[in-house]
Amino acid sequence: MIAELGLAALWLAAALAGLQLIAGVMSVRQPDGPLASLARPAAVIQGVLAGFAFVMLLWLFAQTDLSVKLVAANSHSAKPMIFKLSGAWGNHEGSMLLWITVMALAGGMIGFLERRLPEVTMQATLATQAFVGLGFYAFLLLSSNPFERLPTPAAEGQGLNPLLQDIGLAFHPPTLYFGYVGLSVAFSFALGALLTRQVTPDFARAMRPWVLGAWIFLTLGITAGSYWAYYELGWGGWWFWDPVENASLMPWLAATALLHSVSVLAARDALRAWTIMLGVVAFSMSMMGTFLVRSGVLTSVHAFAIDPERGAFILVLLAIYIGGALTIFALRAGTVQEGERFTATSREGALVFNNVMLSAILAVVLVGTLYPLLTEAFGVQVSVGPPYFNPVGAIFTLPMLAVMAVGPLLRWRKDGAKRVSKPAVLLAIWVVTVGALVAFLSNANVLATLGLAFAAALAIGSLLPLRGRNLLRTPLATWGMVTAHFGIAVALFGMASESAFSVEKLVAARAGDVTEVGPWRITLDGVEPVAGPNWTALQADLQASYKGGAPIALQPQSRTFWSPERETAESALATRWNGQLYAVMGSGIEDGRRQLRLWWKPFVPMIWLGGILVALGGLLALIGRLAADLKRHYVRRRLAERREDSQT
Amino acid sequence: MIRRWYLWLPLAAFLGFVALVTSGLMRPMDREVVSRMVGKPVPEFVLKPSIPDVPGLSSADLKDGKPKLMNVWASWCLPCIAEALHLETLKANGAEIVGVAIRDKPEDVAGFLAQNGNPYSRIGADDLSVVQLEIGSSGVPETFVVDGNGIITYQHIGDVRAEHVPMLLEKLKEAAQ
Repeated sequence: MIAELGLAALWLAAALAGLQLIAGVMSVRQPDGPLASLARPAAVIQGVLAGFAFVMLLWLFAQTDLSVKLVAANSHSAKPMIFKLSGAWGNHEGSMLLWITVMALAGGMIGFLERRLPEVTMQATLATQAFVGLGFYAFLLLSSNPFERLPTPAAEGQGLNPLLQDIGLAFHPPTLYFGYVGLSVAFSFALGALLTRQVTPDFARAMRPWVLGAWIFLTLGITAGSYWAYYELGWGGWWFWDPVENASLMPWLAATALLHSVSVLAARDALRAWTIMLGVVAFSMSMMGTFLVRSGVLTSVHAFAIDPERGAFILVLLAIYIGGALTIFALRAGTVQEGERFTATSREGALVFNNVMLSAILAVVLVGTLYPLLTEAFGVQVSVGPPYFNPVGAIFTLPMLAVMAVGPLLRWRKDGAKRVSKPAVLLAIWVVTVGALVAFLSNANVLATLGLAFAAALAIGSLLPLRGRNLLRTPLATWGMVTAHFGIAVALFGMASESAFSVEKLVAARAGDVTEVGPWRITLDGVEPVAGPNWTALQADLQASYKGGAPIALQPQSRTFWSPERETAESALATRWNGQLYAVMGSGIEDGRRQLRLWWKPFVPMIWLGGILVALGGLLALIGRLAADLKRHYVRRRLAERREDSQT
Repeated sequence: MIRRWYLWLPLAAFLGFVALVTSGLMRPMDREVVSRMVGKPVPEFVLKPSIPDVPGLSSADLKDGKPKLMNVWASWCLPCIAEALHLETLKANGAEIVGVAIRDKPEDVAGFLAQNGNPYSRIGADDLSVVQLEIGSSGVPETFVVDGNGIITYQHIGDVRAEHVPMLLEKLKEAAQ
């Protein structure tokens, strides 16, 4: 019954999306037509129905209803409740339902709340949102129905991939989805504005919170994903340039560029066509990423259920949406009036420069990700990895970091280079000093040295906008910018430090053996079997002591799950303020010794701390912008009331 | 419209993407890495013996006029245990098999052979996978057919199973002609 309710709600939601599309299109053509008041309520009810369908799916998973195919394939009655629930979206069908649910809820929210834009632009926006939604409803209902019943209920579920039985991973995909779907709203706004030729600062203000929100989720999602790969895969690396990682990085890069250009549009009414373009590209990257991951066109360490037929379905959707949007862009963007002008040495100038750099990095990642596919078409198999991405990406990243350090000090519209020349020169001296020190005192490679030097400069440069300001009266949005830019410096410092100063040891140890890794002394006390709820493991008991200090217990495991049968290596970490000790237990050797892999990674946690700071900066900016919008709204209403009062 | 030709660039780039992935979707999924050395002579190499009582392997040994199977394997590789039995069958049917032991230790190789039998007339120790990479093998186990002049005529990827035995004997016969 529950499954049928969910399915019915989903069909109804799809029907409402159709209604929303028709009502939106009709009322764009005929603004006071009979359907003009229909699109907004349709969006709201569609959101409620999709939310209801998703709750039904959660319910089925909570109960482990084994008559439902999806539950039987992805859950198990013996699993902890939290993983039963996360199993609802830890598979293809469920994650697509989550996608459509979030999208419908977002559409409902703009339908309910957004009142700043001209009504005709809103109708076009809602119609676009419904049009995109319909494709995903069709995909879900026709080829990936999550509520499908089995002819006879299964006796027991097939479990969940043990690698995925992890609290971090349970919330990693939904976080990214919130990001992707937030960008779908930006996409709809961009097309709505383009179709009705209303590319105005008001449009930018309406779109900005969605871009900011999406960007915060993407930042958190990428940060969490990177940390998950770091401690769960047991390879000691934190970024592999894997297609799936690139699929989440590309929308982030586009969203970062969009975030900055939308601010220019809101503040200065410039960069109109560029902002629209980025609005289209950001969501296109989300969809292309999803397609690349799900279709199996590219091989990846992330094993998703791969199905060429579904891949073809998503490809058709992509062609319609992205191809359609880009065609409209090509036809219409020329008719969007040029915005305000500005000179090269101005805040806008710096932002445009970095927008171009971000786009270039995006292109580098996109080309690197697709290159194996291109050569395969000519019968040659290659893989593209860090030797390409790191240096080629750095060509564009380093100038961007330099402009980032001083750009926020420039004034809008027109400014002399004189005002920033002093801090710029001081920062340049600082970069050279730090770089020279690192180069002399360590044997770090060129990229790591440059990374450390630029991180040091950006850390200081990012704080300069606060200089000479009353900190209590500084707008929240400025605090947000400073925090986010500082976070980039912190993350960069972590990345460069990990690459420059990591120490690795691979040993075969017997009980009682002592190994030294960097400043650590690690003793293997013994290896013992342990049992968990659905796994058994061999566990190494290690005592790690930092520079002769009190020992810390570390217990890396080699786990065997039995449903489905699979072995994983559980790493163990000792975190200090200045770095992390990372221990993995390998296989046993016949003479009773065990392989141990140990790393000392100085300042590696800064990578994720930086990521969190960046997201926090986004959150501060979002709160600041929303509060300012509310205030503006309130002041406008009061003014209108007063005018009415004085007239009567 | 001509003045704004650059506005069409994003669409053009996207259409390129669609064409690329469409061709990717149409192509059958074959993830085996086929060696480009098939049909070419084995590169020059000399490998020291992996264990004292079996001679090592060099490229010259592969040019003595008799076709051979060159088995790339390792004692730490589980499928290699599974295929050991079928290598014995091949040997019993007259095939000469030489081994390349990848990243292995003498005592482990000796242990493996004691447990699973020794079908090899020669075993070279390829401690750094140098020869493995040069002959274009991307994993263990793999089995190459090399004719009497040192030309690689066939590559079998993965473990040798019972159904592969007649096929490999046939390939050896072809290589002898």
